[in-house]
Order: sequence, then C-alpha cells, then structure tokens
Amino acid sequence: MSKVSVLILRAAGINCDEETAHAFRLAGAERVDPVHINAFIQGSRRLSEYDVLVLSGGFSYGDDLSGGKVLANEMQCKLMEDVETFTGEGKLILGICNGFQVLVKMGLLPQTEPGGRRQEATVFYNDSGKFECRWVYLRRNPASPCVFTRDMPETIYIPVANGEGKVMLASEDVQARLGPGGHIALQYVNPPWVATGESAEEAAGATAAAAREAAGAAAGDVTGETAYPWSPNGSVDAIAGICDATGRIFGLMPHPERYTHPTHHPRWTREGCREPDGLHIFRNAVNYVRGA
Amino acid sequence: MTFEADDTVETFSLLKATDDEMTRLSRDGMLALNLEEMRSIRQHFSALGRDPTDVEMETLAQTWSEHCKHKVFNGVIDYVSGRKTERIDNLFARTIRKATEDIRRTQGPNDRCVSVFVDNAGIIEFDEDFHLVFKVETHNHPSALDPYGGANTGIGGVIRDPLGTGLGGKPIFNTDVFCFAPPDFPYDDLPEGVLHPKRVFKGVVAGVRDYGNRMGIPTVNGAILFDERYLGNPLVYCGTAAIIPVDRCEKSAEPGDLVVTIGGRTGRDGIHGATFSSIELTDASESTATQAVQIGNPIEEKKILDVLMQARDRGLYRNITDCGAGGFSSAIGEMGEDTGAEVHLEKAPLKYGGLKPWEIFLSESQERMILAVPPEHIESLRDLCASEDVEASVIGEFTGDRRLRVTHKPDAGESRITVADLDMEFLHKGVPRIVRTARWEPPDHPEPPADRRPGPAQSLVRLLSSWNVASKEWVVRQYDHEVQGGSVLKPLQGARNDGPGDAAVVRPVLSSDRGVIIANGINPSYGDIDPYWMAASAIDEALRQITCVGGRIDRTALLDNFCWGNPDKPDRLAALVRAAKACYDIAVAYGTPFISGKDSFYNEFSDGERTIAIPPTLLISAICVMDDVGKAVSMDVKAPGNSIYVVGRTGDELGGSRYYRMLGFIGRNAPTVDVTAGSGTMNRLHAAMSQGLVAACHDCSEGGLAVAAAEMAFAGGYGMALDLDAVPRDPEVDRDDTVLFSESNSRFVVEVPGGREAEFEAQMEGSPFGRVGTVSGEECLRVRGLGGDEIVSTELSILKEAWQRPLRW
Repeated sequence: MSKVSVLILRAAGINCDEETAHAFRLAGAERVDPVHINAFIQGSRRLSEYDVLVLSGGFSYGDDLSGGKVLANEMQCKLMEDVETFTGEGKLILGICNGFQVLVKMGLLPQTEPGGRRQEATVFYNDSGKFECRWVYLRRNPASPCVFTRDMPETIYIPVANGEGKVMLASEDVQARLGPGGHIALQYVNPPWVATGESAEEAAGATAAAAREAAGAAAGDVTGETAYPWSPNGSVDAIAGICDATGRIFGLMPHPERYTHPTHHPRWTREGCREPDGLHIFRNAVNYVRGA
Repeated sequence: MTFEADDTVETFSLLKATDDEMTRLSRDGMLALNLEEMRSIRQHFSALGRDPTDVEMETLAQTWSEHCKHKVFNGVIDYVSGRKTERIDNLFARTIRKATEDIRRTQGPNDRCVSVFVDNAGIIEFDEDFHLVFKVETHNHPSALDPYGGANTGIGGVIRDPLGTGLGGKPIFNTDVFCFAPPDFPYDDLPEGVLHPKRVFKGVVAGVRDYGNRMGIPTVNGAILFDERYLGNPLVYCGTAAIIPVDRCEKSAEPGDLVVTIGGRTGRDGIHGATFSSIELTDASESTATQAVQIGNPIEEKKILDVLMQARDRGLYRNITDCGAGGFSSAIGEMGEDTGAEVHLEKAPLKYGGLKPWEIFLSESQERMILAVPPEHIESLRDLCASEDVEASVIGEFTGDRRLRVTHKPDAGESRITVADLDMEFLHKGVPRIVRTARWEPPDHPEPPADRRPGPAQSLVRLLSSWNVASKEWVVRQYDHEVQGGSVLKPLQGARNDGPGDAAVVRPVLSSDRGVIIANGINPSYGDIDPYWMAASAIDEALRQITCVGGRIDRTALLDNFCWGNPDKPDRLAALVRAAKACYDIAVAYGTPFISGKDSFYNEFSDGERTIAIPPTLLISAICVMDDVGKAVSMDVKAPGNSIYVVGRTGDELGGSRYYRMLGFIGRNAPTVDVTAGSGTMNRLHAAMSQGLVAACHDCSEGGLAVAAAEMAFAGGYGMALDLDAVPRDPEVDRDDTVLFSESNSRFVVEVPGGREAEFEAQMEGSPFGRVGTVSGEECLRVRGLGGDEIVSTELSILKEAWQRPLRW
C-alpha cells in the first residue's frame, strides 16, 4: 500500500486548515502538511511532493474582490504550471467552501469542455443576502465520476457556512453539459421532515406527527424543488458540489470536515451517536490514492 | 512603501498654568484628566524644571485614563447607606479580587487558577497539555458612534487579549452580548446625534460577524438585551477564549530585548480611544470623536495569529502584549514597567505620512502586537514573518533604567531628539487616588394590581414575543459557530435545530473528548430594585446554564464585566458598590473564582437637555471544563412519556421580571439567591446527569417556568401536561402567574426518562423538586393551575411562531 501525502494549502485568511488536516488524518492519510502558499511560489516546496492538494475554507485575502478570487488569481499566475502537472499525473484536488470558490474561479471546475481552463461558473452572494451557518442534507449523484463521493450513503448531512455560496453558470451550454458529464456531484435536498416541494413556512406549520411520518420516508428526493433554507443559497439546480470530467477535482460549499466526530451532529443528544457523514469524503480520497 | 511623519512636537505650558487653564487644557485636548491629576503632573514636572511635551502629556493621559487604570474600582469610596457610612479603600481588591483569593485559599490543592488579574486575560487549567485563557471586553463608546466599526474592532481587540496573554493563546471561540434600545423605538423620539437602535443592532451584528468569521473563530454563545436606556449608549461585550500550552504562560522582558511591532501599520485611526471612553457621550461626539474609532482588518490579524503560534512554539520571543487602548504608549509602557524602554518612533511603519510623534505613539490602530525579542532571535522572527507576508519592525529596545524614553529623527535625518522621557514609577503609580461618595437609597416600585394582569396563556404568548425572550436565530446563523470543528452543543438545539440552548459546549482539542462550556448571566432589570440581587442573579444564571448542559460548578471560573453610568454620581456609584459586594458573597459561596474582568464607566448620553444613563449592567461570563463531552445534555424534550420535574424553590419574586416589565411595572421583590440551596441543587443535578438520569434540562430565567417549559416543548416537538400545584414553592405563593412567571433563581426544568423517576428523585434528595407532569404525544402545552383548572392549552406552533416572529428579519 502506498503512503498518502496530503497538502493543505494555507494562505492569508484561510482558516479551516487545522480541522481539515485532522479529517485527513482520521481518514488514514500518513502525511498531512498545512503549508503556506508562499513556500510553493518561492520554490522551497513543491506540489509534486503530494498526492492530494486541498484548498480549505476561510476568507482568502478577505475575499476582498469576491470569494476566492484573489487566491485563484495567485494560483493561476504563479502556480498554474505545477497545478497542470499535478492534475496531469492523475492526482486529486479538493476545494471546500472558499477552496471551492477558488477552483471555480481558476476554471478548474467544472471544466465541462476537456482541457478547457475557461471559467464556466461562479459562486455568488447567497439569495438571502447574508452569511448563514446551518446544517444541510446533500444527495450524491450516483452517475457522477467524482471519486470523493463514491461508496457513501445516498444522503449525507453536514454544515454549510458562507455568504457567497450560490453556484451560477456562465451559459445554458455549460448547464446543458453539466448533467450528462456527471459534474453535479452533490445537491441540496429537503430534510426528512419536509415533503418534496414544500417551503420552509409550510414545513414549519406541519405538525410533528406528520414530521415523524415523513421521517420514515426516504430523505433526499430531488425530483422536486429544494426550497430555502434547505437549499441555503439559491444555487442553480440546488448544486452543492461539482467535479471535473475525471472526477478527480472536486469542490463543495458545505464543510465535510465539520462532521468527523459523533458530537458534531446537531441532534446527537436526541438521536444518538453515529458514524460521522463527513468522513466519507476524506476516506474516499485516501482510498483512491492507495488504490491508484 | 514608507511614509514620513510630521515632526512637530509641542510643549504644554503647564508649570505656570492656573487651575482654570489646566482644566481647559484637559478638556480641549480630550485628555480626560481631572484637576487633581493635572496638579500631580504639574508638580512632577515642576520638580524636573521643565514643561511636558505633548507626547508625555498624552502618554500620561492615556495611562491614567479610567479605561486603563480603573480608578473608580481602585479608588476610595465613602459608601452611605441609611445612617451608616463605610469607607471602602479599593473596592476591587475588597470584593472581586478578594473573592478569588479566598476561594483559592480554601480550594488549596484543588485550585485550578493559573493566572488571574495580572495578564491580558485569565488562565485556568484545562488538561495536561493546555491551559484555558478567557477574556471579555467592552467596546461601547465606539459602537455608539460607528456600530459596524466599533463592534468590528471590539471583537478584533478582545481576540488579541488571549493572543497577548502568556506567550500567546490560540483562540477557540467567541462570545458576544449586546444591549440595545428596542428595534421599534419611534424615530421621532431619537435625540440629536443618536443612531436608531435597529441600525445600531444591525451594524453591531455585522461588525462582529465579519471579524469573527474571517478570523475563523466560532461564535458559539451570546445574548441580546433590550431596554430604552441603552438608546444613547449601546453595550457591546465581546469575549474570546483560547488554549495555551502549559509551558507558555510565563513572560518577561529583559534589558537588551528588542521592542518589535508586528502586524498592521500605524495610522490616525483610534486617536484618544482610551480617554474618549472615559467620558460621557454627547450629541456632538459623532463629529468630535470619530477619529477615536479604529478601522479593523481581520485578515491582518489572522496572519498575525498564524505566525505568532509558530514563533511562540519556536521560542522566538520572551514577552508579548497587544496594542489596545493607548497603542504603543501603553503596550510598551506596561511591558517595560520593570525594565524601562527606549522607542525610536521613526522606525514605526505608518499607513500614510503626516502623523505627529504623539499620534504615532498613541494611535490605537488595530492588528498590532508588541513583542520583546532577544537579539539573537530577531533574524529568525523576521524570516518567519516575511514568509507569511507579515510586517515586523524593531522600534526600540528594553533598557534597564526604568524610564520610558521616546525618541525621533526629524526630517528623516541623522540627529535623534528625545520627545518624551518619563519615569516608569510616576507613569504607572503617580496617579492620585480620588475619594468618591456613593449613596444608596432603596427604591420603592409598586406591584401591578391583580386586575391589570392578562390571563396566563395570553401572557405567555406575549412574553415569548417580547424582544428579550424572542428567538435570536437571525443573529446566531450569521455567525459561523462550526469553524474549527469543535462544536458539541450549538447555540440552537432541538428537533429542528432552532431551540434556544443554555450554554455552548466546545471540544477545543480535536483528538480529545474534553470540552469547554461557556455561559453568561445578565439581567439589569433586577438592578432597578437592588443591584446586589442583580449581580447575585447574574452569577446564579451563568452557573445554572453551566449546570444545564452537564458542567460542574467546582470546575467553573467567572469573568465580571461592569458597564455603568457616571461614577461621579453617588447613586450610580452606590449601585456599583452593592453589585461588587454581591460578587464577593455569591462567588465565594459557590466557590467560583473570578479570573479576569473589565469595567466601562460613563455610559451616559447628554444632548444638553436630558441625560440618558444606562441601567447598571453586569455581565457574568462563566467557563467550565468538562471531562467528557459525550455527557452533555441539551434543552429540547426528547420523548413522550418522559417525566417533567421542576427543581428549585419558586418564590414570590416577580420584581424586575419580564412579566412585570410587560405589564409596565417593576415591582418590589427582585429574585434573591440562596447559595446553600443553589449549590446543593446544582451539584445533585450534575450527579443525576452523570448517571444518565436527565434527558433534557433548561434553566428558568427571563419569563420563568412558563417560558422555559414552552421553549423545551417546541424545541423538542412534543407537548407537555403540567400541574402547577406540584411545583415546589414558598407558602405565600398562591397565584398562578407567580408560579408561571416568577424568576426565582437556582431553578431548572428537567426531563427524566420514563422509568427512572425513582433514581432521579433519590439523587435529588435534599433539594426542592416536584414531578410536575409529563411529555405528551400531542403538540400542545397544557398547564393546570393551582385551583385545578386548565389555565393554559396552547398549540406548540402558536408558541413557537410567537417566539420566532419578532426577529425573523
């Protein structure tokens, strides 16, 4: 078995590096290094030392131009050659929250046209107009090539926390290619207690008895609309996570690293402790590298 | 890029000044020095045979400001109550500090305090590897003028406190408590120069949100209170806890160490912040004092945090403190108190040109830390900072002569001039002590007549919709309360993640199951009857919340934060004396030491015609170490069939309650605290929790038993059927509304799993408790009154909607 080396790229304002590193360690990665981007720009460290490149959450450079834009520019202008080599070797890239915004704005996601590095999407201000932190249900797309969402339950539950999380696409052409290419890896879905197509107000009015009934039904029906706040930011098609055509580059707005311990779950005191959903994504990455 | 200073240094003509001239000098220069202090300075410089420079005067004014020196608490107070006069020499030492000293002595080997009152924050033990650091600050005056900027730099500033404690702690969570006038205050009644409370509210929340979230520190706990008397002076309490390696708590600067500033540059923002916060606000403050508000940049502070943790672990510096009030003058002045320091102002990096020497030395520009760096480590520190784009500059060195010498090179030339040369002894110990008078006159507020009280069900719905009780979810969700991945009990709990949690639990070391509990107690309303019981109740409330989630009071430490009006007015000062006395009595009885605190005076607003003083407001923050977070208990009811108990005695104590306020009354009987009963109840409840006998627990505070039960029910999604006759109560309590809405202390509503009632009751033996009902399968809160009739029968959806609607913005 090969040893797995993970780079958690740090930069000014990145602030989820420690818990993301912890998640990879829990998932079994032998080497997890949080390293500042300057070390790679100056050449004292090399991306090629690693199997997985992780852009974690935070507010890189204050998100001053828009979420992730400055770091995306920096990566493009100063590290793009190394990144190309890295992906060319079949290695993995994961972007979480701010890191997802960076990957989108670098044009690495979704890349619906092979070899294209054109920015095809953006991640814009939430429809609610404010930063929001809440737990969301996500359904994985079994038809997606995404290696990070393989072998996990159909629906997972993890928190999201952002002010700019609304995925928007550059054109109808991009949208048309997104589905067939399996680029949509994760979508927001209604919680078990909300019927398909029901709004938050309607759900709030529903009785708890009905809620318990609904809980018996399978969560994660996305055939209908997922309304705010269950789809927290107004993304097109309730998109929460996107991968490239190879499935080896993946980014998502929610934070899987924030559900890696049973007591992270917001209702563990009433529903009991269980295997944390967030770990699947990190384990998939580690297992993929081991198998590769 | 570098910028040059304006080299002008002026001299204050003090030696020949008359009293009137000195008073004018102080006022016009916003020095906030009184005549006696001006005289002391004149006397000191007379002996030296020269006038002070502006750098010296400004340094003395900042260092001696109420904000920095806490002259009220440390001064002499003649406390008059009835016919008795008591002279109190140093209120702080005789109440707050004495409580801690007495508790630590009693606890002996079980004392868990590491550092109290001396550093920028208090330190207690956490585990074998780490200690816990905690501090809460206020940023009231700036937030009144610029809600966003004031609150933004309020949280930015308090984060630097743990960072500047010991050799630097890593922040693990924030807590924020705000007091505003009601958001629906009529626009037409706003005094000149006052921002509307809704604007203040939104600005403050946004300021705290943007700084805390960008720093990557979860905001896990808080409270928001509303009272019209906060109109001119909103209160913004910001707190931060941190963990620090056990071998990184000691610090000292040695002669020869270099004075290094790292982080942000120095500008003209935050000039006179310390003195500005030591005087009252007026309708002119918005135009005369806006330069006192700093400008925050959280990413700069995050970069500092990132490099500091590395520099700390590599041992690259010997001492650290933050540049807060007074800027360089207080940071370097305090760090060099025992050695002396020489500062070279021309080496301080500036945001832009044109600053005068005194402005550079006094500026409170944000995101700057001062380090004492041994010369042999300076290159390593510079390299480390450069590797992460953090500016580090040597601006002087620590000497051995116990003087604070400030020098400058005008015109970027070679010749160096001295612009300040102060004796450290005089700077830190020269401030004259003031004798103030405090006069306590107990108020008499009538009780509301029986025919003015609506029915219990209607009252409950109205209470749930009152600003103070209503859901704060709109605020809570704007804070990232999950970042760092340590969340255990979140601020919002229950079947739909929207019930109001009592205290938050955080697991700061990701590989460990040891946790930290954070809670707060605050209720200025009782202070209108007696500030003593207000303070006692605030401590009791904070400890109740700690208990609710599974904490132990013998593992709990406290912070005190006093926000008061003008202490020169005897009634305000009497309120302070009474509150401080309660802090001693109650903290000692519960065995919970104070480890740090803060005071903010002069929270009064005047527009020339009327003065609005805030109600005396004491925030008690409690922090507790929990061995196993898996034992934590949330407040939402869990399952139909479980039993509901009320633990603790209910008295006729509606004075200052939310219920009376709603009726437009204050009343006579503020809740008192029986510490023997209270600590017994809390300890027994903790033991019951450790044995798994408690499914849910919620404390009775604002709105009493009725609001607590309603919140538990709609958070859990199940109804309750309760019988008031089973509530343990004083014999004179004979009204339903007293049982429902009294805010008696040390009381809990507890859900016990069906079948375990006998074990629970055996465990609680010795405390007042009553099995008052059960969790029901129907979604309705039903209450049977003392007379046997059903007095409340309200759908949970109605109660929850009433509670959520007001702040669903």
